[in-house]
Amino acid sequence: MTAIWTRQWTEVCRFDDLEPERGVAALVGGDQVAVFRTHDGAVYAVSNYDPCSGAYVLSRGIVGTRGHAPTVASPMFKDVYDLRTGECFGQPNVMIRTYAVSCTDGIVRVAARDPS
Amino acid sequence: MSRVVVVGNGMVGQRFVETLRARDVDGRWQITVLAEENRPAYDRVGLSAFFSGATPEELSLVPEGFYDHEGDVCLKLGAQVTEVDRDRKVVRTVDGEYPYDALVLATGSYSFVPPVPGHDLPGTFVYRTIDDLVALRDYAAGRGVGAVVGGGLLGLEAANALRLLGLQTHIVEFAPRLMPQQLDESGAAMLKVQVEALGLTVHTATKTERLEPGADGAVKSMVFGDGQELGVDLVVFAAGVRPRDELARKAGLTVGERGGIAVDETCRTTDADVYAIGECALMIDRVYGLVQPGYAMAEVVAQQLLDQPATFKGADLSTKLKLLGIDVAVFGDAQGELDVVYADPAYGVYAKLALTDDAQTLLGGILVGDASAYATLRASIGGPIPGKLADFLGSGQVEGTLPGTAQVCSCNAVTKNDVFEAISDGCKDVPGIKACTKAGTTCGSCVPLLKSLLAEAGVQQDKAICEHFAFSRQELFDLIRVRGITTFSQLVAEHGQGRGCDLCKPTVASILASLGNGHVLEGEQATLQDTNDHFLANLQRNGTYSVVPRIPGGEITPDKLIVIGEVARDYGLYTKITGGQRIDLLGARVDQLPAIWRRLVDAGFESGHAYGKALRTVKSCVGTTWCRYGVQDSVGLAIALEERYRGLRAPHKIKCAVSGCARECAEARSKDFGVIATENGWNLFLGGNGGFRPRHADLFATDLDTATLVRYIDRFLMFYIRTADRLQRTAAWLESLDGGLDYLREVIVDDSLGLCADLDAAMDRHVGSYVDEWRATLEDPDKLRRFVSFVNAPDAPDPSIEFVTERGQRVPAQHRQPVVVAGTRLPVREVDP
Ligand SMILES: Cc1cc2nc3c(=O)[nH]c(=O)nc-3n(C[C@H](O)[C@H](O)[C@H](O)COP(=O)(O)OP(=O)(O)OC[C@H]3O[C@@H](n4cnc5c(N)ncnc54)[C@H](O)[C@@H]3O)c2cc1C
Ligand code: SF4
Repeated sequence: MTAIWTRQWTEVCRFDDLEPERGVAALVGGDQVAVFRTHDGAVYAVSNYDPCSGAYVLSRGIVGTRGHAPTVASPMFKDVYDLRTGECFGQPNVMIRTYAVSCTDGIVRVAARDPS
Repeated sequence: MSRVVVVGNGMVGQRFVETLRARDVDGRWQITVLAEENRPAYDRVGLSAFFSGATPEELSLVPEGFYDHEGDVCLKLGAQVTEVDRDRKVVRTVDGEYPYDALVLATGSYSFVPPVPGHDLPGTFVYRTIDDLVALRDYAAGRGVGAVVGGGLLGLEAANALRLLGLQTHIVEFAPRLMPQQLDESGAAMLKVQVEALGLTVHTATKTERLEPGADGAVKSMVFGDGQELGVDLVVFAAGVRPRDELARKAGLTVGERGGIAVDETCRTTDADVYAIGECALMIDRVYGLVQPGYAMAEVVAQQLLDQPATFKGADLSTKLKLLGIDVAVFGDAQGELDVVYADPAYGVYAKLALTDDAQTLLGGILVGDASAYATLRASIGGPIPGKLADFLGSGQVEGTLPGTAQVCSCNAVTKNDVFEAISDGCKDVPGIKACTKAGTTCGSCVPLLKSLLAEAGVQQDKAICEHFAFSRQELFDLIRVRGITTFSQLVAEHGQGRGCDLCKPTVASILASLGNGHVLEGEQATLQDTNDHFLANLQRNGTYSVVPRIPGGEITPDKLIVIGEVARDYGLYTKITGGQRIDLLGARVDQLPAIWRRLVDAGFESGHAYGKALRTVKSCVGTTWCRYGVQDSVGLAIALEERYRGLRAPHKIKCAVSGCARECAEARSKDFGVIATENGWNLFLGGNGGFRPRHADLFATDLDTATLVRYIDRFLMFYIRTADRLQRTAAWLESLDGGLDYLREVIVDDSLGLCADLDAAMDRHVGSYVDEWRATLEDPDKLRRFVSFVNAPDAPDPSIEFVTERGQRVPAQHRQPVVVAGTRLPVREVDP
């Protein structure tokens, strides 16, 4: 199956509003998105929803690394997610949604789902 | 039975006794050991560990009960031998005479003090025995500047000790470089850079001309050859050692021109019944200042006494400097036909390997800055370099496996095969291997190699906190404290890898907080905090937070009660009285927290630390304030204790209680520390709680006055904070302490580690620097910025938070079952904004 999505970008905040290695939550087209800035200045966006606890809390987790993967640990039950892919370490069938991020002119934008 | 008398119970003398006892299965020899020091043999090589908290007991080399069987082996402490009468075959001490059939001199060395004027002023020290170190430590307290004369191995160790004692430290070396005997010029230069980076000042090519006293008669300044003067409060001489051959001289035995009791390769002196071993022996024109050759001599003599011919076959002179944070290692013969040198000044790394001219055989080498390859390389001497030379030069690391015959521990002559045998016999960790093979028990430099051998053998063992740090919490604590590290970034860059995780970051945050590094939300520290510390509240299951104002001792005025009620009503918070005698307000959204706290702070409340690993509550009964049985003011004490320890960050949360009499209405014995009043004062109980494995606290001390009680609790808490593992409660910590409650008593009552002043000061600092975290947060717009639900919609409440009403109050809507989110990932087409 191949589906084509068109991206719709939402301004979230200024890059400078993001603390290194800490997240914020943002509303993007009705979704709760967790946006993180890592120590090297990269920005990642994943769903704020922690599937293991059912709470929207991932933006409040601790940012770090596993090997070379940038990660966030859910503050609820400490499940760790790969910020690049949304995969959950240690739980092969658990994943969170990832969002495309762009950062131009110091503005961070996140691509929401197709509005349709 | 024949009699052997051993003079000296140092490292080598002790090894001799153990070896002879182990080999003498027929009981041919009765052993008497005469020791001048007042404690049985201890690990002189590890002496400096004393300054990082090792106790004399931990340094002891004598197995428990070893000298308890009177008769066949006995040890006399404080028994200096003053004379050897070779004609009558007796040795003499002030107490009496001891006849011998064989005499073993193991008298070691004394520290050489150059005869510069002023060398014997008060405030001058040597660095050889535990007593020397105790004297040095006591004198150093409260003083500012120290200097070490001598920039060799010992001098650097002594300098590090001064640094650990908090002194501004100078190293004065006569030669033009540090460690002149072991290092080449480039290696020494790299070492100097590293030593200076630790904050020490190095004066090379500097002669100490004289020491001068101040008004009090104690040393006050050093005058150098060029006339320069350096103000100092104390001076340590570490300018070399001289063999203690005075007994032998007096007894007419041959000694070397520059000292040392002359022996042949069977360790016999010029009297066939007298042997000399260890640092006092001049073995074929050479005195060895290292322990391994001494151990080899001990073995040789033990065998001879049992009529098994044996000779001394030379020694491995490898050394590894044990300065915290600086690696220096010299091994084998560092002068080869072919030298391969790698230097990276940017990283402070210098490595030189000496090879045979065909580059096939490793002869020795020097490593400065990164000696992680030391153990492997040393074990490879005489064979090819393990792994590829280019890899080694590029990374300073060696991979590859060692041959089974490679000597892993040269101090105790243990090979890789020996270690593997021990592993297959069931040794699962380093302590196991140590006990089984003695490997790693002397200088300790092979311990990392033992770990990698365990790994090679497929044994899992790890006390590391996580993949980012190869250290336990306690080691991290020491590292941070001793090196004065103030940020996680610095710590992980210098001592870890990657960027941390939810295990190490909060641990480091807690350590930084314990060491008084300011507000938990200040600067980079904020990013390390668990969500609870980050929002200064406790995360509840639907993503809302708790609000718990401090109510010290559970005592509260009606006005304050009303404020809490009003706040709860206005924000729709669920209220509950807790087991710790306070009031939980639950269900606050992140964006509501500041407004709620503003009202509470204005009414005189402060943060109750119901979040984070910190002191929570001090529960109390009503004591003499109201109770007809009370014998002391339990409420007053509970409030005082809670205010004293509020905000104290620890490896785990801490709870306490105070009961006004033995009826124990506050349930003090189920707390981390509990206090129960007596007619005469207070009984202190420690180590209760235990979490999911409940535990009653143990009685630690009785009938204390309030000041003493508080001091003991201060020390207990600080010692726990410094030495416990991550998430280790006081109960488990106490159980894991070697020696348990008695040991703890020695440390915090008898000050056996000399730590108490330090612990007291740390607690005083905590008490003096306490500020309410919520008040500070409300005053700082920067910190308040994070209390929004959404960065791009600051006023929008989180729509996912839903409540239902139960028993008249709001509670989270039924918990959603955890869901599995997986499946196909969809290809996307990029459209730029
Ligand atoms: C701080 C420090 C760090 C060191 N680091 C290392 C290292 O990393 N690697 C290494 O290989 N070596 C190291 N050494 C050297 C090592 O400690 C010695 O080589 C080793 O202790 C020698 O053992 P010994 O038994 O010969 O002498 P000692 O351990 O000195 O023991 C001699 C004992 O004999 C006693 N004695 C002397 N005369 C009499 C008498 N007349 N009657 C009764 N008793 C007497 C002394 O009081 C002493 O207790 C270090 C030494 C120091 C001080
Ligand atoms: S512990 Fe003693 S003093 Fe306290 S309330 Fe109970 S009976 Fe009264």
